[in-house]
Amino acid sequence: MTTNYLKLQFYSHPRNQAFARDAVAAFCVELNPTLSDISDVKCAVSEAVTNCTVHAYRGNLGLVCVECEIEDKKLHIKVSDTGRGIADIQKAVQPFYTTLPSDERSGMGFTIMQTFMDEFSVNSIQGEGTVVYMSKTFNSEVENA
Amino acid sequence: MEVTSCFNNGKLYITLCGEMDEYSASSARIKCDNLIDSYVNAKKIIINLARVAFMDSTGIGFLIGRYKKASRLNIPLFVAQPDFAADKILNLSGIYSLIPKAE
Repeated sequence: MTTNYLKLQFYSHPRNQAFARDAVAAFCVELNPTLSDISDVKCAVSEAVTNCTVHAYRGNLGLVCVECEIEDKKLHIKVSDTGRGIADIQKAVQPFYTTLPSDERSGMGFTIMQTFMDEFSVNSIQGEGTVVYMSKTFNSEVENA
Repeated sequence: MEVTSCFNNGKLYITLCGEMDEYSASSARIKCDNLIDSYVNAKKIIINLARVAFMDSTGIGFLIGRYKKASRLNIPLFVAQPDFAADKILNLSGIYSLIPKAE
């Protein structure tokens, strides 16, 4: 059962990346996360939102939607855009694959989301947009180091 | 992102301070590259990450970019004092084989 819910919608301006990840981090404080959990979530959200700015809207302003749900000890995150979509998802999620190598892009965004979160999936329709889903279960028994 | 530096005994120490993401990286890139251009005779460049409060995969691209620039000048590049979160990302990317951690 969902015990808390957050929906953020904002322009894909790069300055909103910090706002989005900090807002999600603040939202999951009630789950008593470890510092390591918080930094994993912040990083995964930052990657997903950056993809909207850099790839989905390619520097044009569009709307990014971040939805979070808390269900017991589990945090669900959905990041969606209505941008250009991903041509080849299988390629896009490969480590070091980037469509923009000249911009010093590492191609590690999806790999970080996959590695830092428990569940990860991406759905995209070219010309319509992309939805990234991620979740993480917090084990609040662990003490903050 | 704040970029400060100190040149000592042939070594260029660059300290980054703040959050490293898509938004902040471009100015840090320019500042770092200007520093490297000012010390082309440096024997070693050490980028200190101790005061980087947040870093995502932008940091990997940023460091590889500086590594390429330093390599063209034959200057070895090192990173120093990443926090546990930055260390996790840098380990995942395998970047330490190119840019080792300074002692």
